[in-house]
Amino acid sequence: MMQTLLSALCDNGPLLLTGVWETLYMTIASALVGYLIGLPLGVLLMVSARDGIRPRRALHAVLGWAVNIGRSIPFIILIIALIPLSRAVMGTSIGYKAAVVSLVVGAAPFIARLVESSLAEIDRGVVEAARAMGATDWQIITRVLLPEAIPSLVRGVSIATIMLVGYTAMAGTLGGGGLGAIAIRYGYHRYQSQMMIITIVLLVILVQVTQVLFNLLAKAIDKRNR
Amino acid sequence: MIAIKNLTKVFQAPQDVAALRNISLRVDPGDVFGIIGMSGAGKSTLLRCIAQLEKPTDGTIYVDGTDVSSLKGRELIELRKSIGVIFQGYNLLLQRDVAHNIAFPLMLSHTPKEQIWRRTQELMELVGLTAKAKAYPSQLSGGQKQRVAIARALANNPKILLCDEPTSALDSFTTQSILTLLRDINRNLGVTILIITHEIGVVRSICNKVAVIDDGLFVEQGPTAQILNAPTSDITRLLLGTAGGEQ
Repeated sequence: MMQTLLSALCDNGPLLLTGVWETLYMTIASALVGYLIGLPLGVLLMVSARDGIRPRRALHAVLGWAVNIGRSIPFIILIIALIPLSRAVMGTSIGYKAAVVSLVVGAAPFIARLVESSLAEIDRGVVEAARAMGATDWQIITRVLLPEAIPSLVRGVSIATIMLVGYTAMAGTLGGGGLGAIAIRYGYHRYQSQMMIITIVLLVILVQVTQVLFNLLAKAIDKRNR
Repeated sequence: MIAIKNLTKVFQAPQDVAALRNISLRVDPGDVFGIIGMSGAGKSTLLRCIAQLEKPTDGTIYVDGTDVSSLKGRELIELRKSIGVIFQGYNLLLQRDVAHNIAFPLMLSHTPKEQIWRRTQELMELVGLTAKAKAYPSQLSGGQKQRVAIARALANNPKILLCDEPTSALDSFTTQSILTLLRDINRNLGVTILIITHEIGVVRSICNKVAVIDDGLFVEQGPTAQILNAPTSDITRLLLGTAGGEQ
């Protein structure tokens, strides 16, 4: 068993390396772009809420609906639905780079909720104190809410990233490349169960390393446990 | 310094609750004015109305000659900078060290860097925390946290310091040291202080005037000595611990 796994690993070294690279690329690129959209969206959700720093009922409702709709569509359906968008943005709907489009659309609403809940953890008294000192709403967001929430935001990044690793595997089954595509093509379609095991082990390692790194980072920057 | 006329605050949701009813009050420059009452009597709401953290339902609030309820935008922000506020829960920024907490209000108003640092240094000396400049709030005791909050509230050289139960989370020894600091600030820097408390000891040790609030109403107010020596209301006697005192 061990022997066949090892020989499969040796025989497919370059293929697996490419798979790891593509998975990393999809995860990191879509996390970055996802946060570019999700972070401001999460801040807006928090700020416009009824007990937020600038309540805007209609805006909050519209954003809330949009986010919930985004989150309620199963990701595998979303990939298919977004094929035209991928074509429009990347020129193709096939390959790991094209998959980033649907990964971003799938992740951004989730990221927005993560950001919103991180910001909601901040003690309202601190916000009130900043307001009493003459802070503007913008200053409350940029100098109080976000800096105070950083450890929690970092933990959120680890949750979003790990979710994205799972999503890349799904995208891989629909022409997206990465370890997911290898698992489907070799492990399932060609009955090479060693390849299935190897890709799963690689994904597990990827997730574990990500989690441990982000936990260490969050702990290191959190000034509350000194 | 602070003149309040017929202030009323009604909270609408879920049922109408009158937190403040027809409150009138005058704080003169140099006063250490105490407002004492039981929990839920409306004390904090009053302070929040003065700092314009809460909009009054009715009545007027003048701070240093300005009708604060009419202020908006920039003017409101300028008003808030001229009033220092400290809270029972300190409300420090937990991810910033002592020096940066104290410097925070100055950073908000885009003060030049070297000026911020000089002022922060002064303030840390004033509250006796120079050695803790690089400590984070989680490494400080309650009394030290309140000292940071006081230094922060004084950063913009306010004429008025509003204190919301500043010692209620502290032991009696620390309470005394914080009260002494507040008295020094009042005497040496000429800052007018309005202090909200449920502890009669606080009033006794630093306030020259006091108002007793119960269920949103002022039941009596006047010079501290007069109110403490000859209370006219049951609630004051209760706070003094001399309820039914004529055995």
